[in-house]
Amino acid sequence: MRRLRSLILAGLVAVAAAAPAVASEEMEYPKNEWSHGGVTRGFSNIFGTFDRKALQRGFQVYKEVCSACHSMNLLSYRNLGALGYNEAEITAIAAGYDMTDGPNDEGEMFTRKGVPADHFKAPFANEKAAAAANGGKAPPDLSLIVKARKGGEDYLVALLTGFEEAPAGFALPSGGNYNKAFAGHVIAMPPPLSDGGVTFADGTKATVEQQAKDVATFLAWAAEPNLEARHQMGLKVMIFLLVLAGILYAAKRAVWADQH
Amino acid sequence: MAHGPSSSFKNPVVNWLDQRLPIFTMIQKEYGVFPTPRNFNYFWNFGAIAMIMLVTMIVSGIVLAMHYTPNTNLAFNSVERIMRDVNFGWLIRYIHMNGASFFFIAVYIHIFRGLYYGSYKKPRELLWMIGVVIFLLMMATAFMGYVLPWGQMSFWGATVITNLFSALPLVGQDIVTLLWGGFSVDNPTLNRFFALHYLLPFVITAVVFLHVAALHVTGSNNPYGVEPKGPQDTLPFHPYYTVKDSFGTVVYLAIFAAFVFYAPNFFGEADNYIPANPMVTPPHIVPEWYFLPYYAILKSVTFDITIPFTGLKLIEAKLGGVIAMFGSIAILFILPWLDTSPVRSARFRPLFKKGIFAFLVAFFLLMYVGAQTADAAWHLGGLEIPLVYVGQLATLVYFGFFLSLPFIGLIEKPLPLPASIAKPVLGGGASAAAGAAKPMEKA
Amino acid sequence: MADTTQTAGHGPGSGSHSGGDPSRRDFIYLAAAATGAVGAAVTVWPFIDSLNPAADTLALASTDVDLAPVQVGQSITVTWRGKPVFIRHRTAEEIKSAADVNVGELRDPQTDASRAKKPEWLVVVGICTHLGCIPLGQKNSDPRGEYGGWFCPCHGSVYDTSGRIRKGPAPRNLEVPSYAFKTDTSIRIG
Repeated sequence: MRRLRSLILAGLVAVAAAAPAVASEEMEYPKNEWSHGGVTRGFSNIFGTFDRKALQRGFQVYKEVCSACHSMNLLSYRNLGALGYNEAEITAIAAGYDMTDGPNDEGEMFTRKGVPADHFKAPFANEKAAAAANGGKAPPDLSLIVKARKGGEDYLVALLTGFEEAPAGFALPSGGNYNKAFAGHVIAMPPPLSDGGVTFADGTKATVEQQAKDVATFLAWAAEPNLEARHQMGLKVMIFLLVLAGILYAAKRAVWADQH
Repeated sequence: MAHGPSSSFKNPVVNWLDQRLPIFTMIQKEYGVFPTPRNFNYFWNFGAIAMIMLVTMIVSGIVLAMHYTPNTNLAFNSVERIMRDVNFGWLIRYIHMNGASFFFIAVYIHIFRGLYYGSYKKPRELLWMIGVVIFLLMMATAFMGYVLPWGQMSFWGATVITNLFSALPLVGQDIVTLLWGGFSVDNPTLNRFFALHYLLPFVITAVVFLHVAALHVTGSNNPYGVEPKGPQDTLPFHPYYTVKDSFGTVVYLAIFAAFVFYAPNFFGEADNYIPANPMVTPPHIVPEWYFLPYYAILKSVTFDITIPFTGLKLIEAKLGGVIAMFGSIAILFILPWLDTSPVRSARFRPLFKKGIFAFLVAFFLLMYVGAQTADAAWHLGGLEIPLVYVGQLATLVYFGFFLSLPFIGLIEKPLPLPASIAKPVLGGGASAAAGAAKPMEKA
Repeated sequence: MADTTQTAGHGPGSGSHSGGDPSRRDFIYLAAAATGAVGAAVTVWPFIDSLNPAADTLALASTDVDLAPVQVGQSITVTWRGKPVFIRHRTAEEIKSAADVNVGELRDPQTDASRAKKPEWLVVVGICTHLGCIPLGQKNSDPRGEYGGWFCPCHGSVYDTSGRIRKGPAPRNLEVPSYAFKTDTSIRIG
């Protein structure tokens, strides 16, 4: 069995060694440090928690910039409690939006102020309207974007900071923008962030890179809001299982003591 | 089972029950004193582990079903509601999601163990075949379960796999329409997949009972592949193997938990977090990892099979691929009769051991090739090897292994077998070949 | 190989152990069993708790109601946690008849003052405490029973103008939900 095992291992190593030759064709993104460890990266930081300040700044970037075109349909204002806002603040944020509700007793739709239980207000009435207003393709919903793209947060940062002049000879179609991180390099979204485009309440300098990292943190939380609960419970479960495994191993040794 | 004399138990309630329905006698007989070969290694844990995983999947699945909505407009959001709003919903969903992978890992190791130690041979042919049925049912269940979150991979996986049946001559398209309940994968498809995904695990449970019942008729195989010759070769199942299985299971669960809590999306695909869109195919469709080898075999048949010199098409490439893919599982059913060697364990079969190693490498290669795009290639120092060729070679090895078994059995010279489990002649020194050649035991 | 298919089992091995100190061994078995049992018990909780109301359900647990359009003598029904809540703008006679009852004679003794935060507004969950039917009496044309409150058509329970059980099989008064007046003419239930 031992010989077989080493042979299998050798085979796997051979396959793994050859694999990068293919994988290198996929795009790689610079890896950033994330206090939460990265949602799509496995085993990255088992104690990771979200940076609350970054979350709030990221939410501000989303609110002031991204939300003009991108919906976040899976989130509700009540969820913002996880960012460190208190109930009054959340109620105030929600009340800043007019929601269509109804029909009322007369059968009419009506407008009311948003409440914490409301989902994030979408910029467009429906996907067709979003597509019509954006050159035929609706901007993707951002609720799960970090989990829905290979590279997760790192990809978003690379994308948001990846706008540049198209290299000479690159045929850029009209309405397209050159982005070095985007597959095919032609993206319909114009560069959304600019230095000082938002003003952070905590005094952090709003560079494009800072905004990109903050909004990526916020979107990582949006995609995986239970990450912290998961990490905390994981630790307890792992410790328990390892202790139980140890006890069972001792029990196994004791049972088998007279058979070896 | 019920006809044996019932045991006598100290507890009067147990005794009362047992005299009317001898379940305790049965448990005592099948899991208490059941004589089990004393020389199991840790490979023998994986049957118990697989059973625990089945229970885990059923329990977590039932709870998920209480929150899930099988409707194309609501399915994706209902899953996200589980992840976000349902108490511990994220935990239960991640257990179910990763549990599928860990169920398959356990079963693959279990199958490999059976292959390596010849557990499929007489008198355990039926035991093996029932196992293959479980494996098939698992694959059907897993496939339909993957459709339920209604992400992009769900939808396009369902479309591609159901379209396999369109390769069948004459009735193919009708069968596909029947499977769909419409003209594409749509709400009726999702509804029936949910119903079947809920049903099949209970069918699996029933077949697992048959599997265990068959096992307890023949008794377990063991690493030597030599039948126990007397009480000195066996141990009662309890406590020896209950404690060993418990230990192995908990270690396995710890690895499982590490993925659930720290890398829950490791086995997943980013595209499945995008809601299904019947108008846009993702650039790179891949099935779940446990289907990759078969997917690679499917992709490997890129040629029509024609009658030589006539140009007459016998089997189109599409149908050929489907036949090869289903054939790769179907061949397991006749494995007990393909292998002609009287010796079970690969430990004493040098040639078979080489074959099974080649098979294993081919299996992992296929798994790798299955995950790559159709036009991918290896670049080795200026040399470009299209992965299609690698897949085709691996497919040849996969089938070649099984089809060469009759001949391997004829030409192979097995190593001397131990006289019994309790007195292995090969024990002690590492230089096994130097051991005195005892007369080989004939079946 | 086929000549030996089954072997007789021998007795459970626990008695025949030779190595190790028996009390230490028993401790290990006990520890293993106890730890495993605790783990299994704790594991059950997430599965049970997942059946409790989810976060989105709880977020909708309070309802704001504007009372301004409700005329004296009129009743409205609003939905709160998926249940009907009866809000009645009571007339002076109704308030008086509710207050004048001898509490001691009631099946479920409660004063009207303890059930209505403001006498002119009665807020009760419109579910009969017998078996969960919805009593009649919200519309003026509905039968309201002999006490002018509500009448449950299922099994004939009769409630008064304070929503208290007066006749029939129901054991308790109509439940008063937790609510608060945000202004003079608007309340938040829940």
